Amino acid sequence: MSKKLVIGHLYPDLLNLYGDRGNIQCMVKRLEWRGMEAEVKEFRLEDTIDFSGLDIVLMGGGSDREQMIVCSKLKEIQKDFKEYVEDNGVVLAVCGGYQLLGNYYQTSDGIITGLELVDLYTEQKPGRLIGNIIIKSDLFDMPIVGFENHGGRTVIGSNQPLGKVLFGSGNDGESGYEGVRYKNVIGTYIHGPLLPKNPMLCDWLLARALERKYGDSAEMTPLEDREEKEANAYICGRFLKKE
Amino acid sequence: MSRVRRMLAVWAAKLIGAACRMSGKQGVTLAGKVALKICPDILDKLAAQVRGGIFVVCGTNGKTTTNNLLCSALEYEGKKVVCNHTGSNMLNGVVSAFVLAADLKGDLDADYACIEVDEASTVRVFPHFKPDFMILTNLFRDQLDRYGEIDITMKLLKKAMGMAGDMTVVVNADDSLSTFLAMDSGNPYVTYGIGQQVFEEDKDSREIREGQFCKRCGEKMKYRFYHYSQLGDYYCPGCGFRRPALDFDARDVKAGGTLSFKVEGRRIQANYRGFYNIYNILAAYAGARTAGLALKNFNKALKDYNPQNGRNEVFHIGKTAVTLNLAKNPAGFNQNISAVMEDPTPKDLIVLINDNDQDGTDVSWLWDVDFDRFKDIHAASITVSGIRCQDMRLRLKYVDIPSELEPDVEKAIRRKLSDGVGNLYVLVNYTGLYSTHNILKRIEGESA
Repeated sequence: MSKKLVIGHLYPDLLNLYGDRGNIQCMVKRLEWRGMEAEVKEFRLEDTIDFSGLDIVLMGGGSDREQMIVCSKLKEIQKDFKEYVEDNGVVLAVCGGYQLLGNYYQTSDGIITGLELVDLYTEQKPGRLIGNIIIKSDLFDMPIVGFENHGGRTVIGSNQPLGKVLFGSGNDGESGYEGVRYKNVIGTYIHGPLLPKNPMLCDWLLARALERKYGDSAEMTPLEDREEKEANAYICGRFLKKE
Repeated sequence: MSRVRRMLAVWAAKLIGAACRMSGKQGVTLAGKVALKICPDILDKLAAQVRGGIFVVCGTNGKTTTNNLLCSALEYEGKKVVCNHTGSNMLNGVVSAFVLAADLKGDLDADYACIEVDEASTVRVFPHFKPDFMILTNLFRDQLDRYGEIDITMKLLKKAMGMAGDMTVVVNADDSLSTFLAMDSGNPYVTYGIGQQVFEEDKDSREIREGQFCKRCGEKMKYRFYHYSQLGDYYCPGCGFRRPALDFDARDVKAGGTLSFKVEGRRIQANYRGFYNIYNILAAYAGARTAGLALKNFNKALKDYNPQNGRNEVFHIGKTAVTLNLAKNPAGFNQNISAVMEDPTPKDLIVLINDNDQDGTDVSWLWDVDFDRFKDIHAASITVSGIRCQDMRLRLKYVDIPSELEPDVEKAIRRKLSDGVGNLYVLVNYTGLYSTHNILKRIEGESA
């Protein structure tokens, strides 16, 4: 029996900006290429979510209006989601999804209460932070590259950031850090989508999920990843100043 | 004094236009910019001289084709028309279209104006003139880094509609977003759409559909059927918002190698590919009919229509037929893939993706396009090109489609002209269009 991971995609009909499908596609393929299986479960607002059956949860970005709609639903899933996170459940939250991880998101139209899974908060400020972004994470040698586009500034307090900004704006455009890492949760503004050009991050998420479910991640052998590495190197070469 | 300024502005614009043509540059927007500097009210003055009426065409996809078809249809009715053919659709481009059509005394001899306007530019153009008609084609996600979310575009369009309260909106009623906007604006409106189901429903479709939640009440929308993306016959179970009755209803639709449908009891035929072109033709038809034209020569106008603007433009180079087309956002790209699939013969395919400002610098939209359908496209080869060819190659890798990498599109084209199957499709996003068009023209000239 080959190993199998179940990926839960939260509210793809509302939170689907910026090619979030690519993150799912990336996880699925990288499991399949190693002879494992993936099952993707899409959850709509009206669905009940059984977190005990999930190995990875993905939350993408949506417009402020769509985030407001989702927000009303979050109260119902908050307790189960929190338990999942504390039990080392793997979560990838991008853009709007990242903001929803925290305590609240203050917009000009009002306050969106978050899931309170990670102790962070976001406030909207004038001007959007838009552009290519490159960060260096302690987890990997290869930089994480992608694109950011957010009006919210996220303050992560004493939490660990995902990485240090080498190019671009990051969490708030000031701290020099981007994203957050808490247990097996990763929150970030980086889309592009995030995972295809950063296969090591995709594999990190898959490995954590396999370890949690099966106790080991022996199948996570390196893949060739020529196209991935070249696409990543292209962004670094274009935007990072030569030393 | 104002007459002198106007003349000066026209002369300057014409000089710049001529100089740019000679040097092979596209100087349309510069001509408009200079004219506006010399004579700030030149657009107001010239637009006021249009005798019959002014059409503007707005919407994410289909603006240029719809606008050119409309212009052509009016010309076949014997009308004199001002038109921004090339698709320069921001304020300076609009100004250019008018000044370049004016005579040396600074006067305009025109029955109608057909002007496509970038959605975000409407609020900058409408202070200069109030159009009589706005054709609103559709609203899809496009260049999120530049325009922001669709909600922002809708707010701008609503503001523009409010600035021209008497303007009749000719709206694609199959798009719930455009329809909501037309109704919400308070402007008079006329509807067009494809009233009957044309395609079997594809349950597995992963196509991104905008506007899944009712703009009026927030309920999840239901559909009797989809044509593509969110276009179809929708209704809201919450508040009763629904696709309105169609004033111009395309029926008996046939879309394959050629297009054909019936509207107002007339059979319309066109020798183009691409289901989406039904909407473009229907929009032009509905616009002109709403303005009271008989359109007796409409089919002939369609038959003779040869845009030469990179929208499904065909070049004949040696033994190879090269089709160039613009594909700049997920909805447009998916429709382009469908159009290419309607050609069952083997083909080579080049996809060029740039990330210049006008393209949108964020290429994540590539992952919202259903590229897995390339497997059914009968492609002998797929070459990825342009500034972000790496991203495109990676996108295809994740649907198990191998591709050749060649950043330089001219090299890619020449390679397929020599080792290809004689049927080449080149799909490019915005800033690749003009340069690729010129490359193909030049190679066509070499082989002639």
